[in-house]
Amino acid sequence: MTKWTYREAIRQALVDEMNTDGNVVLLGEDIGAAGGVFGVTKGLFEMFGPRRVRDTPISEQAIIGCATGAAMTGARPVAEIMFADFAAVCYDQLANQLAKHRYLTGGQAELPVTVRLANGAGSGFGAQHSQPVENWFLNHPGIKIAVPATPGDAYGVLRSAIRDPNPVLVFEHKKLYPMKDDQREKTIMPLGRGRVVRTGRHATVVATQAVLHNAIAAWDVLAREGIGVTVIDPVTLVPLDIELIAESVRDTGRLVCVMEGNQPGSWGEHVIAQVVGAAFDHLDVPPCLVSSPGTPVPYAASLEDAWVPNVAPIVGAVRTAATA
Amino acid sequence: MPMQGTSLPASLLSIEPFDRSMVIDIYETMLAIRHLENEIERLFLRGLVRGSTHLCQGQEAVSTGACRAMSDGDTMTCTYRGHGAVLAAGAAVERVLAEMLGKGKGLSGGLGGSMHLADLSIGAMGSFAIVGANLPIAAGLAWGHQLAGNAASIAFFGDGSTNIGAFHETLNIARVWNLPLVFVCENNLYGEYSPIAATTAVTDLAERARAYGIPSERIDGNDVFAVTAAVKRALDLAREGGGPTFLEALTYRHKGHSRSDPGTYRPQEEVTEWLARDPITRLRDWLVTREVLTQEAARETDERIDAATRAASNEVLDWEEPSADESLTAVWQ
Repeated sequence: MTKWTYREAIRQALVDEMNTDGNVVLLGEDIGAAGGVFGVTKGLFEMFGPRRVRDTPISEQAIIGCATGAAMTGARPVAEIMFADFAAVCYDQLANQLAKHRYLTGGQAELPVTVRLANGAGSGFGAQHSQPVENWFLNHPGIKIAVPATPGDAYGVLRSAIRDPNPVLVFEHKKLYPMKDDQREKTIMPLGRGRVVRTGRHATVVATQAVLHNAIAAWDVLAREGIGVTVIDPVTLVPLDIELIAESVRDTGRLVCVMEGNQPGSWGEHVIAQVVGAAFDHLDVPPCLVSSPGTPVPYAASLEDAWVPNVAPIVGAVRTAATA
Repeated sequence: MPMQGTSLPASLLSIEPFDRSMVIDIYETMLAIRHLENEIERLFLRGLVRGSTHLCQGQEAVSTGACRAMSDGDTMTCTYRGHGAVLAAGAAVERVLAEMLGKGKGLSGGLGGSMHLADLSIGAMGSFAIVGANLPIAAGLAWGHQLAGNAASIAFFGDGSTNIGAFHETLNIARVWNLPLVFVCENNLYGEYSPIAATTAVTDLAERARAYGIPSERIDGNDVFAVTAAVKRALDLAREGGGPTFLEALTYRHKGHSRSDPGTYRPQEEVTEWLARDPITRLRDWLVTREVLTQEAARETDERIDAATRAASNEVLDWEEPSADESLTAVWQ
């Protein structure tokens, strides 16, 4: 079977949507002539030309504002924020304008905007180029948030996001760009649907993006110890497939959320709060959140490696939950 | 209403031929804005308009003149001081008042309020509460027009907006992408409570825009014909692919920044001087001099529009507020 990388899958999603809908246009820093700093949009400028693939100045507020305004004229913009951390530079345009303009106009405005952001830690880029930024936006009604972990989901979720009439932030984990997987059929994955990635009866583990793959590796270790784990990838954080997670917790009685990122205001805390509400009577032990140690992302390799929960702490947390 | 050739004079000082019904219509629009703002002020003092509200009495010529120059398909964004612009663009006064009062049949379903008036069906794409936030979005509207056809976009903003980052990003990208965007800066000499010289390095705002390579002009913002002429030139240039224009329209607000501001930081002589340059009075005098209306007819028009605005307000006061369900369905499409 052919293989593709996460990066190639994203590129393919852009190509397929741009070929399907002439209104889809791309904008971002160095996405055109340079093909994107992570090589995601390589070749698209040559394929679609400068009208539909626009290099912007270093002007994040203008990038998001241009996407918002153009969407209201009938275009379907896909804006890139080069490193997700730069969302702080255009926070007003994302949180106050794009998220709210439909509501504030009483539903008049249609904002089919997709924003792609390169997210997450583990690559040595330092504290302002490595944050799991999806957590910043959980609280803004009007924005959908996707966090695909595999090439297939990156393809499916991005196509869905572009077709969605609402604003969608698609966080692409930068460590996953070279990740290879079999290219099965190219399906469009609806937003709001999670995925059961592994099954087992002793605990439910929820993880996203790079940490999901650590959780899968942890599943192998735990399986050898006779501990069965259901590993769930939510794929989308807003809207969140909480019922998929709750259903599993009603079966296993134990929930471990694992995420890169600090606890307060995070999706991990949100999932736990929701599951406690939905499946309290089924919980055998308190839910557990394995997260980052409450600092910005450090640069030193050993510290950054420890900042992102890897296999050992996941195994440890599940073992504790399963044997409590 | 689309413009045709020499239907309006280039300014209140010129003696070119003009279309009689068009100038009366302009006069009535400016009066409609004045009386709307007066009524909103009364409603606020009665506690019926909540939070804060930002009135534009004195600035009617800028919004009326600029919107008059627009063609079908053009778009406009404005600030929280945007009631006049949205009315001038063609919104129904009942629906504007209803939105101010938080009624379900308001322009934004009662969900936006004073700072968020919008009527996308007439190209009024939004009023924006964050200073400068409409500018990058206006660049987007213009980019969309550039992709799709030959419409253009107008962005209204104040002198205070020229110090925020989004302003500078927008001027730059408008020039680099050659966007069909007309910047209409309402320089009323004060950014909230601060006089412009206290906060702004270069108070010649047209000069600031020239630094971005954008053709810029300072105009008399209280001469409605001068505004229309300048905006029309700019829109024509934009449509031909000539890119953006920056217009600095000098004007003055009769009231404070917001309803809670008595405006005592402005010197009395300055206020008096500007009140004497009231754009509506100037147009009325012109209409009488040119024998378009008699003094009596002008007064009757004023009273008629005042009465109509009050009547609309009384009707709207009885309308319902939106339900909670209506609120939820406006989040997602």
